[in-house]
Amino acid sequence: MSVAEQSIAGAEARGHGFLASSVGRKIVMAASGIVLFGFVTVHMIGNTQAYMGAEAFNGYAKFLHSMLHGGGIWIFRAVLLLATGLHVWSATTLTLDNLAARPVGYRAQQNVASTWASRTMRWSGVILAAFIVFHLMHLTTGQAHPAFDHANPYANFVSGFKVPAAAAFYIVAQLCLGLHMWHGVWSFTQTLGLSHPRYESLRRNFATGLTLLVVGVNISYPVAVITGFIH
Amino acid sequence: MSKHLNLTLHVWRQKNTNCDGKFVEYPAENVSPDMSFLEMLDVVNEGLIRKGEDPITFDHDCREGICGTCSMVINGRPHGPKERTTTCQLHMRSFQDGESITLEPWRAEAFPVLRDLMVDRTAFDRIIAAGGFISVPTGSPQDANALPIPKVNAELAMDAAACIGCGACVAACPNASAMLFVSAKINHLGQLPQGQPERYSRVRDMIAQMDAEEFGTCTNHGECEIACPKGIKMENIARMNRDFLKASITYRPAVVGGGAG
Repeated sequence: MSVAEQSIAGAEARGHGFLASSVGRKIVMAASGIVLFGFVTVHMIGNTQAYMGAEAFNGYAKFLHSMLHGGGIWIFRAVLLLATGLHVWSATTLTLDNLAARPVGYRAQQNVASTWASRTMRWSGVILAAFIVFHLMHLTTGQAHPAFDHANPYANFVSGFKVPAAAAFYIVAQLCLGLHMWHGVWSFTQTLGLSHPRYESLRRNFATGLTLLVVGVNISYPVAVITGFIH
Repeated sequence: MSKHLNLTLHVWRQKNTNCDGKFVEYPAENVSPDMSFLEMLDVVNEGLIRKGEDPITFDHDCREGICGTCSMVINGRPHGPKERTTTCQLHMRSFQDGESITLEPWRAEAFPVLRDLMVDRTAFDRIIAAGGFISVPTGSPQDANALPIPKVNAELAMDAAACIGCGACVAACPNASAMLFVSAKINHLGQLPQGQPERYSRVRDMIAQMDAEEFGTCTNHGECEIACPKGIKMENIARMNRDFLKASITYRPAVVGGGAG
């Protein structure tokens, strides 16, 4: 393409929409990421009731299904499905753009500032997508569960984690969640323009602290079941 | 006087944009540690010319770190291993005797290789032409201090204006994203009163041109900030994103034939 043609292409593209632009899709990724990290945080807090026994846990499950006359859970599900869809769509299109932007790589590439977490976002994201499908079939719909009982989520939770492969996949997925959140939580502040030297360490520490809390508590569930602390 | 160095260079040689390139090994013997990196290449090239071979093509101009012309990725890092340094400011004392040095051009779809280590960076010029300017009728100079500018904004504008447009940010970015460059250009105008009238059209226009040039997108690795010879901060990218969000929400389409006034 000649220089003149490229200039014209650029001028035409100047009218291009928010969702077609690189920064627009990054903002979609950040905003849907906030919904998703907000969900995993609330999910982790709600599930701590597993430590309060079968009655409290099943009562919580019943509350989730009955709030707003049973409509509440469907509102949550719709929002989460939309956020997940937007997150996957923006990640996929941006990744394809990024791969096309460097068709020939370096022989002696040196990474200086990037982290293992930032470089593996695509992989941790794909593993998390597979895990979400498994997790829903395991503890929500029950197809991947050895003895699923719709009336007793607590029993499903305990017997589900007694299967070593399921517990192992769960723990691996949580470690991926940790990598993904640690870079993602910091990243959304940057993408949404929340950057200021005075708050630089605050946003880094917020990402680290929240990640350690969510992943630590989540991993404690299968560990508690396997060691017999929850039974 | 310190000991001279003997080095092995692995240099990317490519005849033109359409040809395939390959790495070729050249010895660089008896190199003074006081030479700059480009002077070392000059000496290697003199040897090649004497042997009747094509010299290695590389970009260079001012050789004092302010023009942004010199480029090349040295052992996987744009402008070499030292921070806040352009290739022309890099001295051979930064290398060890017997070391192998790999030299590659900036790698990006938007920066096609012209020859060897020289790439076409006019994509940057087209991004500037899309909005990296202010539209004012120039005339006699106005009074000094007629426009009050807070010191902090003047400093932020100057820090962003330090960008020499060399493209090291694109070369260092694992996604070949130009967002550090574009954000520096947007912010050095956006911090100043003269830049305000076009502030929100500028951010949309320059990002649209950046996308049209097929640069990648930022995934917040931070490689650009380390590679930048002028120390441009990633905070500029955050500020650009903020301006883009505001511009996208509030812009009004141009009215054909002008407004009611």
